[in-house]
Amino acid sequence: MEKQGPAIRVSGLRKSYQKLEVLKGVDFEVARGSIYALLGSNGAGKTTIVRILSTLLQADDGDASVNGFDVVAEPARVRESISLTGQFAAVDEILTGRENLVMIGRLRRIDDPRRTADELLERFGLAEAAGRRVATYSGGMRRRLDIAMSLIGDPPVIFLDEPTTGLDPEGRLEVWQVIQKLAHGGTTILLTTQYLDEAEKLADRIAILHDGTIIVSGTLAELRELLPPAKVEYVERQPTLEEIFLAIVGQR
Amino acid sequence: MNDIRVMLGRSMRHVTRSLDTIITVTIMPIAFLLLFRYVFGGAIQTGTDNYTNYLMPGVLLIAIASGISYTAFRLFMDMKSGIFERFHSMPIARSSVLWGHVLTSLVSNAISVVVIMLVGLIMGFRSSAGVLAWLGVAGILALFTLALTWLAVIPGLTASTPDGASAFSYPLVFLPFVSSAFVPTGTMPGPVRVFAENQPVTAIVNAIRSLFEQQPVGNDIWIALAWCAGILVVAYGFAMAAYRRKIA
Repeated sequence: MEKQGPAIRVSGLRKSYQKLEVLKGVDFEVARGSIYALLGSNGAGKTTIVRILSTLLQADDGDASVNGFDVVAEPARVRESISLTGQFAAVDEILTGRENLVMIGRLRRIDDPRRTADELLERFGLAEAAGRRVATYSGGMRRRLDIAMSLIGDPPVIFLDEPTTGLDPEGRLEVWQVIQKLAHGGTTILLTTQYLDEAEKLADRIAILHDGTIIVSGTLAELRELLPPAKVEYVERQPTLEEIFLAIVGQR
Repeated sequence: MNDIRVMLGRSMRHVTRSLDTIITVTIMPIAFLLLFRYVFGGAIQTGTDNYTNYLMPGVLLIAIASGISYTAFRLFMDMKSGIFERFHSMPIARSSVLWGHVLTSLVSNAISVVVIMLVGLIMGFRSSAGVLAWLGVAGILALFTLALTWLAVIPGLTASTPDGASAFSYPLVFLPFVSSAFVPTGTMPGPVRVFAENQPVTAIVNAIRSLFEQQPVGNDIWIALAWCAGILVVAYGFAMAAYRRKIA
């Protein structure tokens, strides 16, 4: 199932909702095993891109492939290659944490859903809460369970759509650690976020989505070079990503 | 099949773990059974000597009509919570997501029908029906459940609030009251009687009643089946259209 080439390739992607043009030609590539952050304000089209890549939505124009499979021509192969963690923790509140994991394990037809569930519960610090209904979980616990559910079946590509929105600072840190561990394990991660520090902390490459197109992308170091180097000042400091973002977005 | 089994198991847990589902779907019809048998029943002239027998088909239909509103509710919650999208982004048969809900509706309504029948037996419900007649009753009830379940899928997919998702079933629960389910239609004034005699519940109730009593079912069974099949086809069509709009 593994193929050569980038894990995600998107070119000329367009999508409108009625008259509202959300994506006006988006191009980007994500290298295997890297964390790629799509950075943008609310309504910039981040979720639309993720929904197209996870075969939930059809683009009006352009091409998109995941793990070498075209999202329109081979949607079933794409779904085998991905896991989606959407904007709202998509967990079953009436089931327990363990039951949620076992359910996903059965759907993905892994060999031993129970053992995998127990391993993940342990790994995500949910072992004690495993037998409780998810309705009683905190936001951070739900997110961790949500991400744990996405790992079942070891998909090579994981989409994390605003994984820390609505979490308290502690919950955010927990999720950040999980994401970093995942990337160390070789999983490709497409992360959308509106938090600049999140992209700065986690991503190998960052793309800024604004007004329906990616206006700039690169590593954090490359983005820093887009601004003129610091002038002679008494205190020399690097611009933060926040300054870069606001400067670039403001120019348009 | 594996996917549908997992979906069914999940959704059945939702049924058994929410107390109000069980209460509404079984206790309320049993309350109707008690109320009509022991309070109103004495004053109602049906021309039969066992009013529990007379009541039973209508009460079962009320149970099913209130039961399917929970299908709409559960589906709505799945749409809202994002788990519907999670399933659709997974390598599974997409149709299993909807069919899981539909099968859950069939199974849970069958359970509540059996429970209500058992209570009816205690209250004096008796039937001389043979195996074939019982199969006929089960078949009509299953078809009725299936038709209303697909009807319930439409608000489940399209409603914007949980109340909206389940509100559509109120008129369905009310329908048996304006039919031959509790009283003979003969004493109703003109327009009400015309409505009562030409709406699906009357044909279904009469057909089930005849099967229980080992009477000839006549045309009623065909009218009943036609209504159920018609509702099923139309509801399924609209439900799938709504589904395709949601899942582009």
